[in-house]
Amino acid sequence: MKVLVFNPERCDGCGICEETCSKTWFKEPDRHKSAIRISELTDQPGHYAANNCNQCGECMDVCPTLALQRDKRGIVRISKRLCVGCLSCVGFCPIVAMRAHAEHTVPFKCVACGTCVKECPRDALSIEDLPDAALTATEIRMKVAA
Amino acid sequence: MMKAVDKIRKAHRILAEYRYEPPQVDRGYANQTLYVNVSDKAIAARPVDEKMKRTFVGGRGFGLWLLWNAVSGTTRWNDPQNEVILSSGPIGGTTAYPGSGKSIAVSISPLTGTVIDSNVGGHFGPLLKFAGWDAIEVQGRADKEVIVFVDGNEGLVLIIEAPDEAIDSYLLPEQVLDLFADTPEEKAGISSVSTGPGAEHALIGCLNVSFYDKRRGFARLKQAGRGGIGTALRDKKVKALVVKYTGVDADSNHPADWAELTRVGSKMHREIYEQDPIMNDMRGGGTTMLVSIMNEFDLLPVHNFRYGSDPRAEGLYKDQFTPDFSLDIPNGCWYGCTLACSMCVERFQPRTGPYRGKWVHVDGPEYETIAGIGSNCGIFDAHAVLEGNFYCDMYGIDTISFGTALGFAMECYEEGILNKEQTGGLELHFGNADAMLESLHQMARGEGFGTVIGQGVRRMKQLFVEEYGADPKFLQDIGMECKGLEYSEYVTKESIAQQGGYGLANKGPQHDEAWLIFMDAVRNQIPTFEDKAEALHYFPMFRTWFSLNGLCKLPWNDVEPADNKEAYEPRMAARVPEHVENYIRLFSAVTGRQDIKKPEDLIGMSEAVYNFQRLFNLKMGVGTREHDAIPYRSMGPVTREEYESRARRYDEQLAQIGFEPDGKGTEAKMAALRAHREQAYEALVDAVYRRRGWTRDGIPTLETVRRLDIDYPDVVALLEEHRTIE
Repeated sequence: MKVLVFNPERCDGCGICEETCSKTWFKEPDRHKSAIRISELTDQPGHYAANNCNQCGECMDVCPTLALQRDKRGIVRISKRLCVGCLSCVGFCPIVAMRAHAEHTVPFKCVACGTCVKECPRDALSIEDLPDAALTATEIRMKVAA
Repeated sequence: MMKAVDKIRKAHRILAEYRYEPPQVDRGYANQTLYVNVSDKAIAARPVDEKMKRTFVGGRGFGLWLLWNAVSGTTRWNDPQNEVILSSGPIGGTTAYPGSGKSIAVSISPLTGTVIDSNVGGHFGPLLKFAGWDAIEVQGRADKEVIVFVDGNEGLVLIIEAPDEAIDSYLLPEQVLDLFADTPEEKAGISSVSTGPGAEHALIGCLNVSFYDKRRGFARLKQAGRGGIGTALRDKKVKALVVKYTGVDADSNHPADWAELTRVGSKMHREIYEQDPIMNDMRGGGTTMLVSIMNEFDLLPVHNFRYGSDPRAEGLYKDQFTPDFSLDIPNGCWYGCTLACSMCVERFQPRTGPYRGKWVHVDGPEYETIAGIGSNCGIFDAHAVLEGNFYCDMYGIDTISFGTALGFAMECYEEGILNKEQTGGLELHFGNADAMLESLHQMARGEGFGTVIGQGVRRMKQLFVEEYGADPKFLQDIGMECKGLEYSEYVTKESIAQQGGYGLANKGPQHDEAWLIFMDAVRNQIPTFEDKAEALHYFPMFRTWFSLNGLCKLPWNDVEPADNKEAYEPRMAARVPEHVENYIRLFSAVTGRQDIKKPEDLIGMSEAVYNFQRLFNLKMGVGTREHDAIPYRSMGPVTREEYESRARRYDEQLAQIGFEPDGKGTEAKMAALRAHREQAYEALVDAVYRRRGWTRDGIPTLETVRRLDIDYPDVVALLEEHRTIE
C-alpha cells in the first residue's frame, strides 16, 4: 500500500508541504486545512516531526456508514456522499491524523497523492510502497459477504 | 412465483393520503408536528411556535404538551382519545456528538393510568425530524390493521391498510425495509416503530424502534420499554409507524454553529477513545459490566429484590456474553455514537418457542434485562436470559416489567400464595428458566398464567387477594411497583435517596430520573435530608434535560474526562462539570440560543417540564403524596430470611438509632428497623417537596407554576380545584 513517508533528518520546517496540501485540496493556503502537519519538537529545537495518515485503516471500523474504504492502491478514502459528518474517525484515529475543519462537514486525511513530495525543497517526503496493513473487521466482513 | 414482499404489498390499500412540502430543518427544529388519527383517517400539520419551544423544548416536553391537549382527566389508556407520541428534540439527529439520536415516546400508560415517557434509541426520531416533523402523535383506533408511513423525501404521509405484515418485531421491521426501500441503499433511511403479539394480551408491551445495520445487513432494535406504550399502540391496531428519509448528512439538523459542534464533538470522541477502555468499557460490552458491580455492592436484585447479591450471579457477568458480541464494528444506535453500547448477538439458537432450533440474532442484552429476567428470577443462565431477551423484543414485551412481575409471581409461588393449579401447571420456582420462557410464549398466544403475569404487579396483587385470599399487606410489601409501574433493577434498601429517586419519579420507579445509590449509600456524600433533597432536585432535573433534547444519558457520566475526580470535589465531580459544559455548548451550537450559559439554565429548562408532568399526574388523579408511597421491600427487609441474611448490618444500624439489638428477637428488630426506615422516607419526601416548591401533599404551588411560566388557564384551574379539595 502507498504511504507518505517523512524523513526527519531532512526537514527544516519550511511548511511548504502544508501549504501545498491545503492548496491542492482546498484551493487556499491554510495549514489547518493540510492533511500533513509539521511541528517542531519541543525538546529538540530545529528538529521536526510530521503527522499524517499511515493508512492503517482503523478508522474504517468506526465509520457507521461505510464511508471509509480502501482503494486499489491501499489508500483509505472518504466518500463525501456517504459521510454524515459524525467525526467518529477524527476522535478514533490512533495517531490523530484524521482531521476536521470548522468550515467543512466532511473530515479529511492524507491520501498519499504525492503533491507535497514534489514540492518539498529538501526531499524530506516520499511515497513508498509498504506492506499492506492487516485486514480490518469491516474488510473481513465485506469479503465474507461477497 | 410472486415474492413474499410483493404479496404483502398487493394486499395494501391506501386509506388516507396527505401531501406536504418538507420544510428545511432549522437549528434543530422542523417547526411543525404531525397529527394522525387512525379512526377517522385525518392527517394534519400542527405548527410549533416559539412559546412551545421555549417552555417544552422538544422530545418529552413536546410529547407531554401534545398529550395534555389531547386527553382529559378521565381518558383511559385504551380510549381512542389516547395518543402514542414520539419526538426526538432539537439536538436529536446531531451526528457529531455521541448519544444524540434518542426518541421519547409518550402516552397514557395502561399500567399507571397516567402519562408515561420512555426514551429509546434507533433512527426513528431523527429521521422523522429530517422528514419535516418534530413529533408524531397518533390518535384513534383503526378498525383494521394499519401502517402509518411518512416519506420525508416525497413529502407524503399515508395510512395504509396492512393485513398481511407480521405483528412480531422480529419479522416486521425486515418486511418494512423490503416494502419501502426502493434500493438496498435506501434501507439505511428507514426506521419503524412496532411492537408484537405479547402486547395484545399484556399491559407491559414495549415499542421496538429499528435502525438498519449496514454491516450486519439487518434491522436492529432498541426499546421504549417502560409503561406499556406498546400495548397502547397495539390497541390502536397500528402495526407500525414507518419513516423514510434518505440523504442524512452533517447538516440535516441545520445547526446554528457547525464550527462549535466540530470542536465539542471531536473532543468528546477523543475522550471516549482514551477513557472508555480504562473506565466502563461500554464499547467492550455495553451495560453488561454493571452486573458484577451491582452484585459486589449488594445492589443486584435477586429473588424479587429480597437480596442484593448471589454467588451464582457470576453466570451472568459480562464475560458470559462478550464472546458472542461482535465488538470490532460500530455498535452505536445513531450515527456518531462512539460509546456504542448497542450490543448484538449475531448467531443465537433458541431452545423453545416458535424459533426453536433456528439461528436468530438478539439485540442486547442490557443490564436491566439480565438483572430482571435473570438474577431477580433466580435464573443465572446466560443462554436463558438471551432467549428471554429475544422473545421479549419479538413479542413486544418490556424486559424490566416482565422480570419484576415474574419475580413477584415466583415469590408468591414459593410462599404458597399461588399453586400449580392456579398457574395452569407453570412451576414458578425461582430459577425455573423453562417457566420464564413458557410464560412469555403464553403471553404472546394470549393464554394461560403468562397473561396474568403480563398484567403487571399491581393487578396481580389485586387478583391474588381477591381470588386466592392472599394477605394484602404482605403483597403490598413485596410487590415491587409504585404508581403501577414495576421497579427497574436496583436494590435500594440501603439508600434512602434512591428510594426517593424511585418513589418520587414522575412516571413511576425507573432509574432514568435519578441514580444516587453510590453517592448516598456507598460514598456517604449526601448525609442530611437537605443534601438528599438537593440531589433529588438537581439530578432528576438534569436527567430530564436529556429527554427534552433527544439525548442519551450514557455519554454524560458513563465516561468521564481523565481529570474529573481530581479537578472537583466528590459531590461536584458526580455532576461531571466538563460534560455539563459540553451540553451547554452543544445546545447553543444547535439552536443558536445565547441565553443558556450556566448549568442552572439547563435545570431551569427541565424544571418547567418536570413540574408540568407532575401536574399531568395530578390531572390524571395520581399526582399527590399517597401515590409516592413505595413498597417496604424497597426500604428494608420484609421477611425474617432477609433480615437474618444481613443481620449484622441491620443490628448495627439499630444500635446507632438507640435500639439495643442484643437479646431481641428478629421480629422485634424488624419492627424497629421498619418504623425507623418508614419515618426516614417520609422525612425525605417532606424535604424534597420543599426543595421542589411543592405543597406537603406534593402539588406544585401556584407560585412555582408562575415562576416556571406554565400557569396556563387549565393548569391554574387544576390547582384551584385541588386547593378547594384540600
